[in-house]
Amino acid sequence: MRYIEPHGHMVSRTTDDYEAMVLAGCQAVCEPAFWAGFDRTSADGFRDYFRQITEYEPARAAKFLLPHFSWLCINPKEAEDLALAADVVALIPEFLAKPNVLGIGEIGLNRNTRNELKVLEWHIDVAVKHDQLILVHTPHLEDKLKGTQLIVDVLKSHPGVKPGRVIIDHVEEHTITRVLDHGFWAGITLYPDSKSSPPRAVDMVEITGGERLWLNSACDWGVSDPLAVPKAALEMRRRGYSADWIDRMLYRNPLQFLSQCPKFRLGEASAG
Amino acid sequence: MPPTPTPRAAGAGPASAALVDLGFVPTRAKLIEVAAFLDRVERHGVADDYRVEALRNAVRLLADGQPGRAQRILESLSDPTTVPDEVSTGKAAYGAYKSRT
Ligand SMILES: [Zn+2]
Repeated sequence: MRYIEPHGHMVSRTTDDYEAMVLAGCQAVCEPAFWAGFDRTSADGFRDYFRQITEYEPARAAKFLLPHFSWLCINPKEAEDLALAADVVALIPEFLAKPNVLGIGEIGLNRNTRNELKVLEWHIDVAVKHDQLILVHTPHLEDKLKGTQLIVDVLKSHPGVKPGRVIIDHVEEHTITRVLDHGFWAGITLYPDSKSSPPRAVDMVEITGGERLWLNSACDWGVSDPLAVPKAALEMRRRGYSADWIDRMLYRNPLQFLSQCPKFRLGEASAG
Repeated sequence: MPPTPTPRAAGAGPASAALVDLGFVPTRAKLIEVAAFLDRVERHGVADDYRVEALRNAVRLLADGQPGRAQRILESLSDPTTVPDEVSTGKAAYGAYKSRT
């Protein structure tokens, strides 16, 4: 089988993970900019991080023949400090021309505050101005429903946003149709303890039909599994899904969304 | 809207029976974890925590015989307000909603 990992924080993972993903059929990995587990104290910290995910990490992945792409932003967990956020948003454009950059992400909300919302709007402005794809993180646990609705409202109210160029990630049963019904793409994240399990993800695919959906592991420095996407393929096989359907969900769907960025091109080896 | 294509391969009937064969024991284990958790917090005198109260409410939805259980339980555990907060109450969410007023 072949699949795309559309959301992995590979700077937190080992080369063993790269090897295991490639052996499982991974054809490309995409790395959204993310919280480091602690708050960075200056925009220079982000400049170094952007260099890491646009220069160093693609080279590390290339040793395993895995194409690596990235998304840029200041994540919502660090968006309460508006002065820092403004400095970071201002340095994003200088990295947009890097060959592996797909767009702006993962932006969004964490605790649904006014400051987070303001920084989300700044990012959307940058994305629209530079004609970039958008990857949105939705909040955790009790904050997800409200945050998803606020995010959908702000995206819908921006005249420059094309819903088909936006993916809203970490949807669950109570938010998925609220995203898809407005024409956005939706991402289902497979986590061992929170977000969605492989069986629940496949349930959501069955219920919604699988259009404009991708599955990802969002593997990072916390409890997470870089092989969660191929494990979802196993769940689909157990339910009798055809190989073509699994290929569509785990490879052709993310390929369709990501290919809207002309820089997302995979080699001959993965064509099929 | 075009009909949703079935993801199932032709002749995949036995797969539905396997849902129970493969899913029953792990789900049974999770249900007993819920029961033991509720017993444990009562025994230790912390069953009035708002999160435990939210869990008891969610369990009622689990047993009401209506479809959409996962969606409805997630909604019952969600912040029902619609206006952004003026200040953050911290980076981490808690898993159930507690009124901030
Ligand atoms: Zn992430």
